[in-house]
Amino acid sequence: MEMNPMARYARPLLAAALLSCSGLFAAAPAHAFCGFYVAKADAKLFNKASKVVVARKGEQTAVTMASDYEGDLKEFALVIPVPTVVGKDQIKIIESAWVDHLDAYSAPRLVEYFDPDPCNPPIAYSAATPRNTVMMAMADSSASRAKALGVKIEAQYTVGEYDILILSATQSDGLSTWLTESGYKIPQGAAPVLGSYIKQDMKFFVARVNLTEQAKTGRQFLRPIQVNYSTHKFMLPIRLGTVNSNGPQDMIMLMLTEKGRVETTNYRTIRMPSNMDVPIFTKTDFGGFYRAMFDHQVKKDDMRAVYLEYAWDMGWCDPCAADPLPNNQLVALGAFWLNQSASKEDLRLPPRMSNVFVTRLHVRYDAAHFPEDLVFQETADRANFQGRYVLRHPYTGQSSCPQLDDYQRSLQTRFEREATTLTQLTGWDLAEIRTKMRANGQAVK
Amino acid sequence: MARLSLRDARVWQIFSLGLLLIFGVSKLGFDQTLTNIALIISTALATQWLCGRFIAGVPFDPLSPLITAFSLCLLLRTSSPEFLVLGAVLAIGSKFILRFDGKHIFNPGNFGVAAMLLFTNVAWISPAQWGSKTWAAFLFICLACLVLSRARRADIAIAFLGSYVAILLLRALYLGDPLAIPMKQMQSGALLLFTFFMITDPKTTPDRRSARILFAVMVAAAGAWLQFAYYLPQGLIYALFFASPLVPLLDRLFPRERSDVRFQWSRPALN
Repeated sequence: MEMNPMARYARPLLAAALLSCSGLFAAAPAHAFCGFYVAKADAKLFNKASKVVVARKGEQTAVTMASDYEGDLKEFALVIPVPTVVGKDQIKIIESAWVDHLDAYSAPRLVEYFDPDPCNPPIAYSAATPRNTVMMAMADSSASRAKALGVKIEAQYTVGEYDILILSATQSDGLSTWLTESGYKIPQGAAPVLGSYIKQDMKFFVARVNLTEQAKTGRQFLRPIQVNYSTHKFMLPIRLGTVNSNGPQDMIMLMLTEKGRVETTNYRTIRMPSNMDVPIFTKTDFGGFYRAMFDHQVKKDDMRAVYLEYAWDMGWCDPCAADPLPNNQLVALGAFWLNQSASKEDLRLPPRMSNVFVTRLHVRYDAAHFPEDLVFQETADRANFQGRYVLRHPYTGQSSCPQLDDYQRSLQTRFEREATTLTQLTGWDLAEIRTKMRANGQAVK
Repeated sequence: MARLSLRDARVWQIFSLGLLLIFGVSKLGFDQTLTNIALIISTALATQWLCGRFIAGVPFDPLSPLITAFSLCLLLRTSSPEFLVLGAVLAIGSKFILRFDGKHIFNPGNFGVAAMLLFTNVAWISPAQWGSKTWAAFLFICLACLVLSRARRADIAIAFLGSYVAILLLRALYLGDPLAIPMKQMQSGALLLFTFFMITDPKTTPDRRSARILFAVMVAAAGAWLQFAYYLPQGLIYALFFASPLVPLLDRLFPRERSDVRFQWSRPALN
């Protein structure tokens, strides 16, 4: 039998895994998932994906928006409706790395297992391994002109590398005229949407890059911007972003709450298919597999659902796509309630059996399928969920015993099942899947 | 035990709710396990039996508690199963304890869900769980049930749905929103469930037709207000909960005509 290169290092890895399992997750339930973390599908996979972190307890809300804007910084601008006028101390600049960390921690993951020698089955054990913006340009404008148009500049600040305006308006035409005159490229059809927000008593948070301040930071990219406010409106405004947009956009929403899982109340929230055994070749392009699966699900649900990709207590993970975030990063991302309970020492560590629950929601949306803004609720559900896909490597060592034949036959059924699963998940052609499996040493018929 | 008759509207309601539950759990992936469903149903039946025997002294009738149990299975979600039991006990118990002038005040399903949402922090409802794809089939089942049931409460369903839809359209008109928004809001399984199986409960709605229509409009307005001004997805549930104690008052202000006989399930055609 040919030696699978994987099998050679399987044993030591498993041993290491056992150690860390007992060390880190002693309190974890015995039936916890086990497997090696090998790949993750984070937000970078999806084109036009924006990342938003929303932390909320009671009515206190922090919304952190990360942008992967790569164009001319002069051209960058952000206009978002906010429920109240926000003060300078309610606006913060956040390290990109922290948002990326939360994205990585909650991303769908691929794990792998190695079959034991069918002739010497090991004693049963359980092991876990740790392992939009609307783009516009901006110019100064006099307050009197604004007033004439029914636009009021409620406040004006420079925070970090951003110049920020908080606007209120009495009518949509005035607001869109003011924005256009001030150098913003307002997409056609935005005025009615602005009007709807004005009538719902929303204010507008407008940010552009302060080039001098940006130069001082020495960074080539823009850091995420966070707005804090108190509101009963647990929602994310998506409508402005869908006006005049070229095709659907993706958004990854990372919700931090105290009580439990977050779901949308005006669109169906569906769990992504998870905990499935998939063919081994998936490992070479896990990103491609996850993207295909997401596309397929969206198509199946007629692009009318929001997908749950992760729901977990921030205190741990199993397997970990990235380590849990330490308390100080969570507080910075808006989980202010941690600050009230934790000591300074505690803040550098991840929360133990924490009171931060992470929900990762992924939506693909456009104006036709998502005409309304997203409205959310926090539920009392603390059940863990993760997007987790499993590779099972057959035993490739040298052995001989009567059980070996049974094992070989069971592999046939298993490979066939993996092929069918993959075609159901992604819509990929079954014959092609089989060919790829054979090329990867999975001898499917 | 009362004899089962196909003339009894409740048989058709149980059939429709059961169909919706099977569909929801098997096709739409509702967050409700079979164990939880069994738990809710058995708790509801046991509570009905106990209360019937020791409080009201009436023979055991499984139909009404089954309807309540199915409604709870479809609506109520809690962090652990014991709270589902509590919800079922509250729902059925309310029928025997919170009474006025020979009628119970609250629709039991509504009471169970509203009490759990208002007085605990372990419960929630998922109004969007139905999606909008299956909406037409859902509407068909509800209407079929209404026709088959002959419960003579179509007036309140129409008055409620009519006024709620009018509010959605007027809101969109005022905000300048595209028609797609109110259309999407109308295509809601939760709204249909509320309309056809909760607010139409003949036992807890006013006796006189004019009072019923007034009641329906009030609930629609209050529900929409809670939903849109306060972002409460359970706005309609709360609206019915808080409006229900007004029913005895409405019955006094609008007494039923002498020729009217008060509604009884076994004689729906007489109502």
